[in-house]
Amino acid sequence: MAKRLDIKDLNLYYNKFHAVRDVTLQVHARSVTAFIGPSGCGKSTVLRALNRMHEVVPGSRVEGSVLLDGENVYAPGVDPVQVRRTIGMVFQRANPFPTMSIRDNVVAGLKLAGVKDKKRLEEVTERSLRGANLWEEVKDRLNKPGGGLSGGQQQRLCIARAIAVQPDVLLMDEPCSALDPISTLAIEDLIAELKKDYTIVIVTHNMQQAARVSDQTAFFNLPAVGEPGQLVEIGETGKIFSNPSQKATEDYISGRFG
Amino acid sequence: MRTDTADIERPASAPAFQHLGLGRRIKNHTATVLFGLAFVVAVIPLLWVLFTLVRRGLAPMLSTEWWTHSFYGLLPNDPGGGIYHALVGTLEQTLVCAVIAVPLGVTVGIFLIEYGRNSKLARTTTFMVDILSGLPSIVAGLFIYALWITTFGFDRSGFAVSLSLVLLMLPVVVRVTETMLTIVPDELREASYALGVPKWKTILKVVLPTSLSGIITGIILGLARIMGETAPLLILVGYSRAINFNLFDGPMASLPLTVYTARKTSTEAGEYRMWGAALTLVLLIMLINLLATLLSKLFSVKTR
Repeated sequence: MAKRLDIKDLNLYYNKFHAVRDVTLQVHARSVTAFIGPSGCGKSTVLRALNRMHEVVPGSRVEGSVLLDGENVYAPGVDPVQVRRTIGMVFQRANPFPTMSIRDNVVAGLKLAGVKDKKRLEEVTERSLRGANLWEEVKDRLNKPGGGLSGGQQQRLCIARAIAVQPDVLLMDEPCSALDPISTLAIEDLIAELKKDYTIVIVTHNMQQAARVSDQTAFFNLPAVGEPGQLVEIGETGKIFSNPSQKATEDYISGRFG
Repeated sequence: MRTDTADIERPASAPAFQHLGLGRRIKNHTATVLFGLAFVVAVIPLLWVLFTLVRRGLAPMLSTEWWTHSFYGLLPNDPGGGIYHALVGTLEQTLVCAVIAVPLGVTVGIFLIEYGRNSKLARTTTFMVDILSGLPSIVAGLFIYALWITTFGFDRSGFAVSLSLVLLMLPVVVRVTETMLTIVPDELREASYALGVPKWKTILKVVLPTSLSGIITGIILGLARIMGETAPLLILVGYSRAINFNLFDGPMASLPLTVYTARKTSTEAGEYRMWGAALTLVLLIMLINLLATLLSKLFSVKTR
């Protein structure tokens, strides 16, 4: 369960475009780390590099290392499929599988990995949906398509799907940006619950959200147009928001940016 | 030109919504009439064809003999007879064509979208498929004649027809698969990868089911299209008035070939056979289109 991530000298490219330069940071186990920063600063790119989703984009390239409890996910011979099984991900837009029922969506990861034991799938469905605070709302219509749920419910369904495979780390890429305040609150409460068992990294544009849910915050910035994004500073969330050590961070947080 | 001050000073007496001017009303009516006319002009030939077909071909449809017998042993002037032999031929030839073309075409489509994206091989393949999709059916027939019959030394047969139909159907299947796979959002693929599902399984269990409805519809419509192809039939197989189940041996009838052959018999019986075969072919294609709609509904993505 919950593992630590050490990111060392991470450089990310799309073809010849250098997207992110020299990121080094630690993500602690059983805590929430928030990535904040302006659009295009590379925070989502860094997040996607953590479970080797960056390389899904044609022409992308990674340099540096990401250690999961000391084990480099970019070591030669490491299967990206295995990495993604250990480091799960929730996306900006809820993306339940449209051809599958709510139940099948939740256990998709297990089913597609070849698990057939009905009793186990049943248990995982209930446990994951309870874990995502969705069980009470959908328990009577598990066989209905996942696409019929509301936006907030769909996003919680995606979280249930991600935790159903019991990853060590959960990555969230702006999980609330398309949701209304009530659904956002539901998901923030859920994040607070989940961090008891999971290591969570969340990218967010909402600074209040970062302040509310995270234990440590990393601020990314673009030094100038056309240059790669960089990690400006990382620290305890309270400190970053009250007394950041960099001027750029203070400007961004106080809204005096750009 | 700025008229802000003038606007403010003007009394607000003029109505906000003006009545339609005469010029605009005339334009509107002219356009309505023109569009209506275009519709009528487009629909008339369609209805005419259907009307003629049904009027001339209805008699055979109503007899049981038409559906259960062949023309075997009938002289040019003999009434009656049935289309069974040609139905068998058409169905067998298209079915075998589909068995070859569908797996091949779908695989190529999957390669182009899921694996090949922008590789040199994929670009070349797309280019070839484009060329192939413009291939005249008579050329497809000639090519198979040169390859299968002249070079390999096989006899003319129903199977040779199937092969030429494969050439015509393959680009349709590839194109349909490509289009339908492109519509599947990348987010679904990423969602699957993020769960630790390998790429091949993502394609098989997430991408294909999502696009299945469209692929099936496209394939069936393609099938309906090649059913009426006539040119390759004229070159690759002889006409038989008897029932022949064997694709690999001897002459074999099919619906388009029957229409063509019966036209050369200028008797009342010949007319009966020709229009009967023609209407049968249209009915068959209609039935298949209906099936496509049905299957598309069955496999479509549901939200409730």
